[in-house]
Amino acid sequence: MEITLSPLEPSVSKTFLASLMGLENGERIRTCLQCGTCSGVCPFGYIMKFPPGKMIGALRSEFFDQVIKSDSVWMCVSCNACSAFCPSNIPITAALMTRAKEEMLLAGNVPSELQSALENTQRYGNPLGESPRKRADWTIGLQPEVNLLAKTRQPVDVLWYVGDYASYHSRMQSATKALAKILNLLGIKFGILGPEEYSDGDSQRLAGERGLFEMMAQKNGQIFRRYKFNEIITTDPHAFNALKNEYPSLGIAYPVKHYTQFLYERIEQIKPLLKNEIKARVAYHDPCYLGRVNGIFDEPRNILKAIPGVELVEMTHQRLNSLCCGGGGGGMWLDGFQWEKAHTRLSEWRVREAVAAGAEILAVGCPYEPPRFEDAIKTIQNAGQLKVREIAELLAQAMDL
Amino acid sequence: MSQDIFVIIEHLRGQVSEISFVMLAGARQLSKSTGGNVTAILLGQKAQGLASNLAADKVLYMDHPALAEFTSNAYELAVVGLIKENSPRAVLLGHSSIGMDIVGGLSVKLGLPIVSSCRSFTTDGKYVSQICGGKIMVEGELPGPTALVTMVPGVYKAEQGQGTQAPALTIVPAPALDGLRVSIKQYIEPDTSDVDITKETMLVSVGRGIQNKDNIELANELAAALACAVSASRPVVDQGWLATTRLVGKSGKKVKPKIYLALGISGAPEHVEGMGESGAIIAINTDPNAPIFNIAKYGTTIDMFDLIPVLTDKVKQAK
Amino acid sequence: MKIAVPVKFVPDLVEELNIDPSGTALDTAWLRLIINEFDDHAVEQAILLKEKGGGQVTVMTIESEGADDFLFAAAAKGTDQLIKLTGDFSNVNNHGLARAYADILKELQPDLILTGVQAHNDLDGSVGPLLAEQLGLPYVGYVAGVSISGDKVIARKEYSGGLVAEVEIKLPAVLGIQASEQPPRYIAYSKIRQVMGTAKIEEKPVAALDLSGGTAVSRMFQPEVSQRANMLEGGADEVADKLVAIFKELGTL
Repeated sequence: MEITLSPLEPSVSKTFLASLMGLENGERIRTCLQCGTCSGVCPFGYIMKFPPGKMIGALRSEFFDQVIKSDSVWMCVSCNACSAFCPSNIPITAALMTRAKEEMLLAGNVPSELQSALENTQRYGNPLGESPRKRADWTIGLQPEVNLLAKTRQPVDVLWYVGDYASYHSRMQSATKALAKILNLLGIKFGILGPEEYSDGDSQRLAGERGLFEMMAQKNGQIFRRYKFNEIITTDPHAFNALKNEYPSLGIAYPVKHYTQFLYERIEQIKPLLKNEIKARVAYHDPCYLGRVNGIFDEPRNILKAIPGVELVEMTHQRLNSLCCGGGGGGMWLDGFQWEKAHTRLSEWRVREAVAAGAEILAVGCPYEPPRFEDAIKTIQNAGQLKVREIAELLAQAMDL
Repeated sequence: MSQDIFVIIEHLRGQVSEISFVMLAGARQLSKSTGGNVTAILLGQKAQGLASNLAADKVLYMDHPALAEFTSNAYELAVVGLIKENSPRAVLLGHSSIGMDIVGGLSVKLGLPIVSSCRSFTTDGKYVSQICGGKIMVEGELPGPTALVTMVPGVYKAEQGQGTQAPALTIVPAPALDGLRVSIKQYIEPDTSDVDITKETMLVSVGRGIQNKDNIELANELAAALACAVSASRPVVDQGWLATTRLVGKSGKKVKPKIYLALGISGAPEHVEGMGESGAIIAINTDPNAPIFNIAKYGTTIDMFDLIPVLTDKVKQAK
Repeated sequence: MKIAVPVKFVPDLVEELNIDPSGTALDTAWLRLIINEFDDHAVEQAILLKEKGGGQVTVMTIESEGADDFLFAAAAKGTDQLIKLTGDFSNVNNHGLARAYADILKELQPDLILTGVQAHNDLDGSVGPLLAEQLGLPYVGYVAGVSISGDKVIARKEYSGGLVAEVEIKLPAVLGIQASEQPPRYIAYSKIRQVMGTAKIEEKPVAALDLSGGTAVSRMFQPEVSQRANMLEGGADEVADKLVAIFKELGTL
């Protein structure tokens, strides 16, 4: 997609700016200092024709139509680094970038891979284009049988919202099964929705499809209302973020935790069950929507430290300034597009950091990550020995499950 | 009313297309149960020579300037009268850019039933068709009084429809063919500047499973290591990720390499038409139910993105 | 320039297809319908022609799962008129569809009719040519490229091997679309929702379909696999090793 110069259309800027005012804290955009921190901390800032700071500048100077015509916005992975470091507390990701992507979609300016993911979500309730009927196929063979709420209709303590990639992706199914085994061992009374579960919609929302997100949320909300449970746990930080921060404004509000928080609450019960040693240097990658956005940094680390033999090492980017794997916020479906522009992947950068930190295992807490990091490992020299493990997989290994 | 089987011969730029021979073989099989003759219908201008190796009992040839190149309008008008006069038991047409353009018009003009996507006939004269991307087979009685059947390749071989002796040829008068609303302005030759995939002994072919343009790089690297070319199925070319010169299939090129490595290709009939006669098909597809595994010699459901880089390395080491 | 696009819905192949107890038809219990991909391209091509040369686009379909959603999405892309045929469509074939569409189109009198060149569940030919003959119009199929020139349309007709013929057809005419000049565009869901509030779907009741011209099915079944591929098991390393051995054995390495 080339940038074509044409007469400036101030009205585009004015309309766009007005639309931001209606968003939570959107008016803060007027307080931008043009300090450039956002553009600097943005992992792809150096490639964008309009990195975040410049986008705000364009908005103010009324040439925002140039931003919409360029494809800069699709380099954004919605990692929230810009928002986290902005001295004026402007919600850059949630307000500006997401809204800009909405405009891109409305203008029909959308990379084909993303288009497929969005069309699949609309049609099949998941971006992978898999049959909804097969959403619980990962449970086949597990003993005891995983409680499918539609079948048993029992009240449970915990509704485990499994998520798209955890359900369907062949690499992630082993981590999902591991978590099921752990929950069973801990005697948790849980159930899953299986084919009744729809995509949480958060990545689609961040990719500019607010309408699609709301449709997914409403469908999930209707299903939640059918069953009795005390809390929801998620495999995936994006689902956690959606259920905690976005769904309530749509009238769907339940107590929700990411599975690492849930397990950490039970760490004293877990510790004696950790029979196997995992002797390795483990680097923990803070997922954007667990760490930076929702402030959960310690629980996952403490779980890892509890595993006998584990030596926790920290990478250069950590906690608040953790480096995005490039998967969230639609990034998973912009891979080809971003590769063509950048000829580098954020996941590769991160793998190099893990190697530099002396890690033997890269521990993660989000289903987008293992496939991305494992791909990256194949292309980085010296990274061949690095293993990627979901925290649930490490726990299950230590628990001899 | 006769029990004969008519075959509408397709030819382009002076060459009889392969589907015509496939149809003649099918007609021969069908005629065994109907008990009639196989009559080839040849339309053209000064095109009698094309009948020389048709394995038919006889040829009805119609000569007219308006039939020199195929146009739906002219061919339909030419064939309609022949069917009406002779009432054959069945008329076979290609399930192609030629046959499919005229079979509908013939059906409505003559009030005759159509059976499409037919692959073969059973020994007791039933049709066997393949639909739904190759996943469903349909069988039934050949409808009457004259069945219009469009045929796809896959069961009958072109060689079976080729004869050594030119069949008896009768020239039949053409109807009035003026006031035609369809005409050919020009032909656009296929691009010859790119690699000719039909000449490769091995092909690394990508389908929808490659997911995006960027991943084609993986296929390129493997092909480079194997010293062969990359080809593709329709969805990849439609997206613009590879040039149309690399298209394998019904609307692309027909290839018969020693090895056809199919990456993320499901094996829909339109694609199989273009590569089904390859020496050995090796299919890599995560869907164990993909139809391609029914025609492949070797297969694996391993994820191609896990396999390809490893395979590329090993091929480089093995050289 | 009035352009009409009749479309149809076909079984979604993402779901597993099962045969019903009668053994002659697909089991509809789990069957999901999706727009015929070629019809989707036909709509896109119609919109492209409208964007280039002006005019009016009408999309029509029969009442079916997903029909309303598709019509609204078409409206969001720029379709001017949406028509849905209502009635009993439990038994349909292309001959029946063509007759039903022909009745509507005789009233509409479009200059150009675009429809998908085929659909994967076609058993009695494809809709386009049948429709053309019902209306007494010329038909050209396997078209990937359309331009209007006065009272004629120039179509790029595809043959196998990459050969293309530029065909000139006098309007009014019917074209069977193989591929639109651009892949079907994306429409944001919010835009579709917006359109749902403003666009109107005209419902036209139709009498029982005349299905003559189709054919009876005595047996529907899944292909018997006489010779399934020799499946290679193992991880990437093992499978790669086996493949290298196969390449050597077959003489390409």
